Amino acid sequence: MRTVELSAPIVEAQGKGRRIVAIAVVAAGLLALPSLAEVSGNQAFTSLATRMLIFGIAAASLNLVLGYGGLVSFGHAAFFGIGGYTVGIIAQASQSGGLVLGVFPPTNQFLVVLLLAIVVSGVAAAIIGALSLRTSGVQFIMITLAFAQMVFFLFVSLKVYGGSDGMSIRSPGVFLDLNLRDRNTMYYIVLIAAGAVAFLYWRIVHSRFGRALIGLRQSERRMAAMGVPAYRYRLVAFVISGMGVGLAGALMATFMRYVSPDMLAWTGSGELMIMIILGGVGTLAGPFVGAALLVLLESWLSSWTEDWQLGVGLILLVVVLFTHGGLRGLYMQLAGKSR
Amino acid sequence: MNAPVLEVSNLVKRFGGVLATQDVALTVLPGETHALIGPNGAGKTTLIAQLFGELRPDAGAILFGGQPITSSPTPERVRSGLSRTFQITQLLREFTVLENVAMAVQAHRGHSFRFWRDARRDRSLNDAALRLLLDAGLGERAGVVVAELSHGEQKQLELAMALASEPKLLLLDEPMAGLGPAESEAMIAALGKLKGSIAMLLVEHDMDAVFQLADRISVLVYGRIIATGTVDDIRSNAEVRTAYLGEGDEAC
Repeated sequence: MRTVELSAPIVEAQGKGRRIVAIAVVAAGLLALPSLAEVSGNQAFTSLATRMLIFGIAAASLNLVLGYGGLVSFGHAAFFGIGGYTVGIIAQASQSGGLVLGVFPPTNQFLVVLLLAIVVSGVAAAIIGALSLRTSGVQFIMITLAFAQMVFFLFVSLKVYGGSDGMSIRSPGVFLDLNLRDRNTMYYIVLIAAGAVAFLYWRIVHSRFGRALIGLRQSERRMAAMGVPAYRYRLVAFVISGMGVGLAGALMATFMRYVSPDMLAWTGSGELMIMIILGGVGTLAGPFVGAALLVLLESWLSSWTEDWQLGVGLILLVVVLFTHGGLRGLYMQLAGKSR
Repeated sequence: MNAPVLEVSNLVKRFGGVLATQDVALTVLPGETHALIGPNGAGKTTLIAQLFGELRPDAGAILFGGQPITSSPTPERVRSGLSRTFQITQLLREFTVLENVAMAVQAHRGHSFRFWRDARRDRSLNDAALRLLLDAGLGERAGVVVAELSHGEQKQLELAMALASEPKLLLLDEPMAGLGPAESEAMIAALGKLKGSIAMLLVEHDMDAVFQLADRISVLVYGRIIATGTVDDIRSNAEVRTAYLGEGDEAC
């Protein structure tokens, strides 16, 4: 009894100290990244890093339901696209002096648009989740995919919003006195968003809600026997997750100044899953690491060959077969051995 | 006389052409330990599952504390004071022992829509969980991941978690199954301590345990209750002897 009580906090404190150092190092590196890129003459890397962070937000959000909740959603590209289109549609109305959906007056305030994108994605996630979560297993995977495909074809057929060509966003909106067209400014905005999202998920995962969500993944029957109904907790997790992916989509649309149904394609849902698997399912940092790796691989391998996905496929195979739980698992194995 | 905690009447459950539960009537009185015995395949676990809301009966009524619960979902029954243990343990295997019980305590304290505070450091949850673990003799195992527990410890943990909801009625599905002699004795002692303060419906093959613990016994054969009575009644009942006790002794 005594040893349990005494040793646990010490080990915990050691782990905590190391984690704080690691977080500080990573944060310093990320803050210095644009300057380092400029000094070394690789300014394009800042844009690449911005894409990594945006996909990191999306993958971490999917990971909340997939990794922690055990719900394999194959339709999260829908929320990415809905977030993006919210930005695009508002920008279009703002540019033409029209009304959003013929009803609402548009705004060019970046933060307001971002907030609206999160809300709209959340509403979409509530609707899709409320219906999909009545199923489980393979049916759940298929029904989330089906909903995402419906959204995809909806936007392909909407000629007002550019159909399959998508639409350009001429003005990225107004936020204080910042120039949102500036590469470094956008990088720091996305970095702050990614930090906030990571911090939020860290709190959620360890809260009572997170414990219930993780418990439901382990045994729904046990949780019911303790008086915890599954549906409502999973639905709320699904909505939070959809909002996070919607935020990522809105940031991507603002960053690229372009939206198209490509953002809604089912392959996008698959890529988010690949990022999670690469980095480590059900871990906080894993999806960010996996997103960075996939974006990096995509840009490196595609400069050599059109068939860059073959390379990604091989790497994914190695990760799944030989590391127990993605790059994080690999790191733990190596760290464990060297100690 | 006190009103029964549990009152089951005319309960029927069919699986295709098989009648798993045939017109079952059963009462459990406040503080009573009511044992349910019967040969394998008699429908004991099926009956428990219906009482707990995991299976929907085809006909009949279940009153719990005077309220009909026949069609209410499991979590609602748990909140109204029903609790169970599983024959094949159902635990959160990736969590530690403490976290399993803390989750049970958390569930009993109301909804879990709390997104900010660290549940692992929540003293009110951990203290209550640790108290339950100490009662169950698992205090030293609090920090161990459940997957590493022995079968006997898992059975004890099941009981501790079932008690976290402060139940009025405890459904025990073969709590002694698979336990060694010493572990069985510990389990009988643990249940003996609860006897009288919590009503229990005890499904069990271990006749020593049943005869030690039960106030009344019901005998279920082919989904039908063929006899209900005190320990002595059941021991001397000819029909029960032929249907169950005679060959049952060797079977378990």
